[in-house]
Parts: sequence; C-alpha cells; structure tokens
Amino acid sequence: MHLKQDKPDNRNVLDTTAQGVIGAPLTRPEGLLKVTGTATYAAEYEVEGCLEGVLVSVPIMSGEVLSIDEDSVLAMPGVVAVISDERLTGRAAQGTAGEAPFQPAQTVCYWGQPVALVVAETFEQARDAAKHLVIETRAQDVPVDPEKVDTKVEETTRTGDLAHAMAEAAHSVDVEFTTEGHASAAMEPHAAIAQWQDDSLTVHASLQMLKFNRAELADSLGLKEEQVRLVSPYVGGGFGSKLGISQEAVAASLAAMHLGRPVRVVMSRQQVFQTIMRRSETHQRVRLAADNEGRLTGFGHEARVSNLPGESFAEPVLQSSQFLYAGENRLLQLEIARIHRMTAGSVRAPGEAVGVQTVEQAMDMLAEKAGIDPVELRLRNIPEKHPANGKPFSSRKLAEALREGAKAFGWEPRPRKPRHTREGEWWIGTGVASAARVHAVVEAKARVTLRPDGTAVVETDMTDIGTGTYAILGQVAGEMLGLMPDDIDVRLGDTDFPAGSGSGGSWGAASCGSAVFLACEGLRKKLAERLKVADDGLTLKDGFVRWDGGEKALTELLDGKPLDATGHFEPGDSTEDMAISSYGAFFAEVAVNHWTGETRVRRMTGAFGIGRVLNARTARSQCLGGMTWCIGNALTETLLFDPNDGHLVNCDLAEYHVPVNRDVPDLDVLLLEERDGSASPIQAKGVGELGLCGGAGAIANAIYDACGARVFAYPMAPNRVLAAMPQN
Amino acid sequence: MRPFDYQRAERLAHAAQLTAQSDTLALAGGTNLVDLMKLQVETPQVLVDIGRLPLGTIEAEGDGLRIGALVSNTDTAVHPRVRADYPVLARAILAGATQQLRNKATTGGNLCQRTRCYYFTNIDQPCNKREPGSGCGAIDGIARIHAVLGASTHCIATYPGDMAVAMAALDATVEIASENASRSVPVREFHRLPGDTPERDNVLEPGEIITAVTLPAPVGGTQIYRKVRERSSYAFALCSVAAVIDLADNRFTRADLAFGSLAHKPWHDPRLADLLIGKEPSLALFDKAADLLLEDTQGYGENDFKIPLARRTLAAVLCEATGVEA
Ligand SMILES: Cc1cc2nc3c(=O)[nH]c(=O)nc-3n(C[C@H](O)[C@H](O)[C@H](O)COP(=O)(O)OP(=O)(O)OC[C@H]3O[C@@H](n4cnc5c(N)ncnc54)[C@H](O)[C@@H]3O)c2cc1C
Ligand code: SF4
Repeated sequence: MHLKQDKPDNRNVLDTTAQGVIGAPLTRPEGLLKVTGTATYAAEYEVEGCLEGVLVSVPIMSGEVLSIDEDSVLAMPGVVAVISDERLTGRAAQGTAGEAPFQPAQTVCYWGQPVALVVAETFEQARDAAKHLVIETRAQDVPVDPEKVDTKVEETTRTGDLAHAMAEAAHSVDVEFTTEGHASAAMEPHAAIAQWQDDSLTVHASLQMLKFNRAELADSLGLKEEQVRLVSPYVGGGFGSKLGISQEAVAASLAAMHLGRPVRVVMSRQQVFQTIMRRSETHQRVRLAADNEGRLTGFGHEARVSNLPGESFAEPVLQSSQFLYAGENRLLQLEIARIHRMTAGSVRAPGEAVGVQTVEQAMDMLAEKAGIDPVELRLRNIPEKHPANGKPFSSRKLAEALREGAKAFGWEPRPRKPRHTREGEWWIGTGVASAARVHAVVEAKARVTLRPDGTAVVETDMTDIGTGTYAILGQVAGEMLGLMPDDIDVRLGDTDFPAGSGSGGSWGAASCGSAVFLACEGLRKKLAERLKVADDGLTLKDGFVRWDGGEKALTELLDGKPLDATGHFEPGDSTEDMAISSYGAFFAEVAVNHWTGETRVRRMTGAFGIGRVLNARTARSQCLGGMTWCIGNALTETLLFDPNDGHLVNCDLAEYHVPVNRDVPDLDVLLLEERDGSASPIQAKGVGELGLCGGAGAIANAIYDACGARVFAYPMAPNRVLAAMPQN
Repeated sequence: MRPFDYQRAERLAHAAQLTAQSDTLALAGGTNLVDLMKLQVETPQVLVDIGRLPLGTIEAEGDGLRIGALVSNTDTAVHPRVRADYPVLARAILAGATQQLRNKATTGGNLCQRTRCYYFTNIDQPCNKREPGSGCGAIDGIARIHAVLGASTHCIATYPGDMAVAMAALDATVEIASENASRSVPVREFHRLPGDTPERDNVLEPGEIITAVTLPAPVGGTQIYRKVRERSSYAFALCSVAAVIDLADNRFTRADLAFGSLAHKPWHDPRLADLLIGKEPSLALFDKAADLLLEDTQGYGENDFKIPLARRTLAAVLCEATGVEA
C-alpha cells in the first residue's frame, strides 16, 4: 500500500478496530534484554579476527595536517596500520544529509578533530599508539569567541512595525538571554564494527537513521549504496548525535577495506564530547508588546547562533515563535556566526529546546507587569490562525494543557509576586511555561508478514533509540491484524529491511507507524479479497477474522502460506495545508537556597497533546525524559570552551552535568488524547521532543517566583542565581 | 594508557620498597588512578597493588579511632563509631561521588586523589602540575572550579575531595610508613600549597605509604558538612564547609572549621576559632569570620563567585549550628 498523504485522514481506523492494544501501556518487548545486558549494542558483537582502531585527534582549532609519520608507531607492539585515507571524515553528517560529510579529515576545522586512525591487534595497543603518532600540523589563527565574530542573517520574518508597537504598548518587555552549548550525552558512545567481504561492507553501528546513514557512508567511501549494509538494532541513546554518520563509522570502514579484516572503532567519552554534534550556544532577544489586558500587539524574537564554516544547519531557535503566540507586529530574525567549534547540529528538539524557554520567561515578566495570572496571559494570546502564513491550525491542545496542567499541579490562579514562601533556608516558588514543537513526518516503508501459524513479522530499517519503537510498531500491527503484540516479531535496524524514516525530529512513530499501518491495510485487503467481502467489513481479533455472516481463524485463512504486504508512507499536502504542531504546558515548583543559590526542582507537571497516544507507557517515558532534560537545561548543562585555544574543557559525564536521580523529583505527565488526521494516517504526532520545549522556562519562572531572581543566562547555576537574588 | 607492569605487594615494607622506585605508583581502589592512566595523565611504568595489605580495618585507638588506609569510603561512612562520634566525617564522605565509587574508594586514595582541573586532565594542554614548566592553562582559561585561596602563579588547582575537609576540621592525623620508618602528619598539613612545585600535591615522599588516618578523641558538638554543588549528587563541591561547633551560655566554646574546593588543600585557618571562641553568635560575627577567612583571596574571573559563596556558606553553617536566624 502506498499513500502520499494529501488529505487529512479522519477515519480514525485505529479507533474502530477490535483488538484494543493500541495506546495500551504495554512494556517494551526488548526491555528485559536491555536491563539484563543481553541486548547487543554496536561495539559488543563478537567478530572473529577483529582489529581495534583508535581515532587520533589534533589539538588545533583550524589548519592543515602537513604529515602523519606512520613510522612513529608502526613498530609498536600490535600495531597493524595507520589509516589516513583522504576519505576520512572530520565531522559527523547532519541529520538527513544523505551524503558524505566534510572531507578530507586532514583539513582541521575544530579542536580535537580526528585526522587518522591507528589500528592494532588490541584496544590497549591502539590507544597507546594513537597517543604516540607524530602528526605535523600548521595551525591557522581563528577567532575563539562566537560573540566576537560577524554574523549573517539566515532568516527574517517581518510583519507590521514592532518598534512602533513597543513604543505604544501599555506593557512591554525587552530582554536578552544567553544559553550555552549542549551535548547529547547519550550513554552509548559512538561505535562501529566494519566488515569488508566480497566487495560489500557490513557495519554494525550505533545510528538513528539508517536509510540516510547508508547513503552517507556509501558516498564517503565512494561505494554504491547496495554495497553497504548497516545493522543497528539497539541504540543506547542518540538525541540527535547519531542522526548522521560520524567519524568512527567511516574510519572503521576504510580500515576494514584496506586491511581486509574486521575493524572496531569506539570513541572514547572525551572524543564523543569533542567531536560529535553540539547544540549551538545562543544569544537571544525577546520583545513583547501588549495592550492593557495583556493581549499581544507585538512579538519579537531574535537569535544568534553559531556553526562551523560551510555547515548549513542553524539552530532553529525561532521555529515555534512563529506561531505560538499572537501579535500582529512581528519581527523574527536568526543570525549565524561562523566559529571553529565542532559541528553544531540537531540535539534533541533543535530550536525549541532553547527557543521556547526564553519566550516563556518574557511572558512571565509581561504577566507580572500587566498584573495577570501567567496562565491566563497565555490563554489570552493563543492565536486563531498561524500569525505569519495564515494557515489554520490542525489539532492544538495548548489551552487544555494549560488548564488541565494547572488543575493537576494545583496552580493558584492569581497575579504573581515573588518571595511569598520560605521553608527554612529555602525559598519556594512555582512557574508555568507553554510547550510547542513543530510536527514533521518523512517517507517510510515497512513490510508486515503474516506467518502461517497466525503470528506476524514487522520489518523496517527504523531504529529504536530507547524510545519504544519495538513496542509501538507491534501495537499498530497488532491492532490492525487482530493479534496480541506478543505474537508479533518486530525487526528493526537493518538496511536489508524496507527503508523507514529513522528516529529523529520526533517523526519516527508517526512515519513508521503509518508505514506499518498501511502494510496492515494491505494485508486486510488481501484477506478481504480471499473472503470476497469488503475490507472495511472485516473485524480482526485474537487471531480470528469475522465478517458479516462468518468467522474464520486467521491460520485457516492463510492455509499454510505466509502473506505479506509493504506499506509505503509519504508526506503530502496534508502537512502543507495546515499548521501542525504538538503543544503542551509545564508547571514547576522549585526550592532556591537563600544562602547558596542552589536550585532544586521539587515537582513538575507536564501536560501534552501529541495526537494519538500509541503506547501510554512509552509516550509517558518520552515526556519524563524530556522534562528531565528541562532540568539539566535550566540548571546545569553547559559546554565550556577554552577562551584561548577553543577546546572543549568539560568533556566527560563527571564534568558535563546532566541531571542525576536526585535532581529529578516526581514528574507528573498528563497525556491529552487527540486525533490529528492531517498529521498522519494514524492521527499521531510526535512525542520525543515536546517534553523539553519550554520547561526550562517554567523552572526559570519558578526561581523568580521563589526568590525574586530573574536569571537571563542558562544554565541557572548557583552563582548566577545568587548574583540575581535581591539581598534583603 | 601506557603499558605498565603490575605487581602485588604482599607486605607493607615491600610496597614501600617498590613505590620508592621512579615511575612507580601505588594502586588502591583505582577509581582515580586508573582514570588518569587512561587519559595518559598518569604514566607509571609499574603499578603496585596494595589492596592485599592488612590496612583495611577500623579500630579504637585510645579514645580515638584509627581508620586503615584501605578501608572503603562506604565502610567508614557507615561505621557506628564514625556515625556517632564523628558525624561530620560520615556526612562528608556521603556527600562525595556515588555509592559505587565509594564502595571502591579508599581512605588513602581519597586523600591522594588528584585535582579535577580540566587542563590537568587533558594532555594536550599546558599544566605545571602534570608537566612542570609547561605553563598553566587554567589561569587565563576556564577557572570555574579553581582556587581562590593560597594559589600561586604556577598553579591555581584545588584539592577537590570532601573526606579530607572533614578530617581537617576534626584535626585528624595521617599515618605514613616507609620501608624502615614511620611518621605522622596532621591532615591539616598533609596537602601542600602549590607554590612553585605544583607537581607535588602533598608531603608524601617516594616510597611512603599511607597506613591509616587517626581521629582524636571525640569532641561532640554540632557537626555539619555543607557542600555546595550544581547538581545534588555526583558533583564535586563548588565550595564546602566542615564544622565542629560547640556553645556554652550562648558563646562559642569550639569552632573547628575547614573549607573544601577553595584551595590546593582543605583550608583550615586557626584564626577563625580564635575569633569566634568566647563570643556570642551573630550574623555580624559570622561576617567578621568570613572577612578573616577571605582576607587574601584572589579570583581568576570565572571563579570570582566562590568568594561571596564561601562567605555565605560559612554563614549558613554557623547559623545552622547556633540557631541564629538569617
Ligand atoms: C566521577 C567521580 C566523581 C567523584 N566525586 C567525588 C566527590 O564528590 N568528592 C570526593 O571527595 N571524591 C570524589 N571522587 C573521587 C574519589 O573519591 C576518589 O577517586 C577516590 O577516593 C580515590 O580512592 P582510590 O582508593 O580509588 O584511589 P586510587 O585511584 O587507587 O589512587 C589514587 C592515588 O592515591 C595513591 N594512593 C592510594 N592509596 C595510597 C596509600 N595508601 N598510600 C599512598 N598513596 C596511595 C595512588 O597511588 C594514586 O596516586 C570522584 C571520583 C569520580 C571518578
Ligand atoms: S591550575 Fe594547576 S593543575 Fe590546573 S593547569 Fe594550572 S598548573 Fe595544571
């Protein structure tokens, strides 16, 4: 079945089927393997005769490799080769690039860029030799501070006259913010095992989007795509950092091709931090103009981000600012500075993860000025149609999320005044923020096979990066085919399977779920044809097929032979005609220490509308993860770059502070059921990123409510909170 | 990591003899040393595993307590006498690292843990501690976690640990053995200031092994360990205060204070007790104590915040101990 979705699908088929497993909070089928350490991750395959490679980086920000002295290490114990092939890539590919990232690696663009691979019999030998490899470089002086280089305007939206609206406004806010760079900090380091045999390459890798990754790897190596197979059934977290192929996969492949032996390359934790995609730091200005009732008349959001020269990606900070709130006079402008830090790319929720929280802080300031409850202020400013392009909104649970979230949290609807509650040394406060994230779907294929014994197999090269893909695809198929998910074998992460969408941009569930849905529709059609009834007259449940006037066991109908169908989903005009996004709201309560400025989040509620919920448990987990990111984003996470040579100084998990268990209190998640036929044929939107789009702003607002400190620089570390805290 | 030889010491004298050789280091829990070897910051040719030496017990010593060098941090923190008589020590240990690390980390290794300075742990950066004479990358670099007291133009690193800060407040003693001799050094004098030899963290000489730390007879009082950090666990202190405080008739009779993450050593300034003892607690007095403590501070930009933070953390601890309201 092929569908290019040009029209909304409001049939809500999954609500009419009988199995009753869609949306159920089922556990992940692969969960047990993961928690018992028996799910095999990329680096863990036992491959006979496998050599070990270690990437060698150079400590310059910009320049050239003049020479690599192989002889400096070739005589060391166990060393087999030094790979310095021109096809080595110095950077990772951007998500969905589908082509080789920047080559050759010998042109150095950031501190710590890998330029060669040392291959040895053991990992220890390779690691030692990598430190001994003599590399001659010529460094080039480049600016280190992104605030001190010229910028280029990437994108501007201008309507009306914002300056005039600001001047005329009854209440206005004009504030600047900074956010620091973030790392994805996935638990599993980037790793690949490459095997080259009979002119074809098999790579066990840790990647998010195999269809694109295969094209990127083939292009990097000068191979045809058909010569490359990627295998990636389990991915230990990606968060954007594994969207495109990175240096280790190319290096391992080249080594395997040169040496004719399997080669494993695993990045060290430091290399992951130093060479993999970062989220750009940002400098933002938010302007809000409002009338007496707090209705926005002007909305301005400007942001400055950075990336390496030549990279097309610019952190899309303004993405949701385009449509979240009303205001007829608008100015949105994104500028990019070129700076020699490792590639900036997609880190979970690119754009909104740092762009919504600042607007939400400004909204809080506006509410205070206008003397309006911050929840009410937001409700008053929900636009009727997309403010820039006039498109109608599809589903939008923003108002419900604010209302339901407020109720669940116990929000007191009143104008806010800070420093109202103190418990011993701690100031207690609460804050709210809206959540928004643009919706996307991409082309995806999946094959579903009914086996003669009445069980089924789902196959797609889609990945499960910890999100629950195995679970939800089994549920979509189970619902459509009248089977329990236990009877469905979901096989993922292999380019030998039909090409899925990959995991990224929160589009995996809606895109691949739709491909599986379409495949199952195909199967239902085939079954109906066999029975000579209309396919919408079939009821499939518990392995039985019923129709008006009859019932048959599926096995009987299959008659000893398998039956398969492929689903092929393509986005079409339905996503063009509507403004489609996911929405939600965050409520946070924090305690701020009067003496030290330490901030601890005490509880947090998130209410989210994500279209159809495919699995209430895994969807909730995604929201929990997102909200946990909000805490890190708000309070601790920051990439620190040396002001002299531009190297990343905090490049491990001891010094790059993601939240630990004790930082994460009870998080309460409300999923607001909705159906969005424009978003996808299964009426689902995305859930992977929404949970971190704005929540740091709720924490910032709670800090202010608690102790009166407005902090405009993220993360709000104790020193920043203390410096902003009124001292009386 | 460089290839190295591994030897297991069977007796203390043997360990001392081996570690007297150049490029030889003792291995205890390995939680610090092995990490640094992987980064090629430490490049011993020989590792002497001291893990089998009989230094793993906690025993009464007079009225005090003797904690063997190989006792795990966990065992020390949960020991009934430590909890009852030296709660500041139990709290300091539990404020550090994680359960898993504390299970492996030892008394001796914790005292000798090296700085977390980002430039020290990156061998592509200049660092006088790692490579004397190469310069200091931190002084005009990212100095967020660095010292504001007692630093030198050669090095501004801190001793990052927690346990030793409590031991400094308790005036504990480090027992040290070499092949044919032994000596003891107060914890307060065990770590050094960097001066122009930052490569030396402490007073241990080659061939010297820490055998134990002894705690003096319990002094009671209110014992507090306060650690300020960005996240609530698994983070080193931005600043910490260990305090043993006693009052009689609302006047200080004891004020043993030590500070962590402000200097190259747990910082103990005897003038603070002299100032406080005999006086009535008040915010103004605490401020005076902070003035004294911070008389000679120097910030390096990024870490300037530690100076007011130390003042406030001291006040917080003294308020908590004395009941003075903020
Ligand atoms: C991620 C992380 C977070 C941490 N957080 C904290 C924290 O918050 N607070 C804190 O205080 N610590 C923290 N630590 C540090 C931890 O406490 C130390 O790593 C540990 O105490 C070292 O003890 P060890 O026995 O493992 O020492 P080892 O690693 O075995 O040795 C460390 C050094 O001590 C020497 N040494 C060991 N024993 C002796 C002896 N008996 N005589 C002479 N020399 C000896 C070794 O030669 C080596 O140079 C953290 C560590 C990590 C990895
Ligand atoms: S502060 Fe000390 S440890 Fe850090 S770089 Fe300077 S000399 Fe090295």
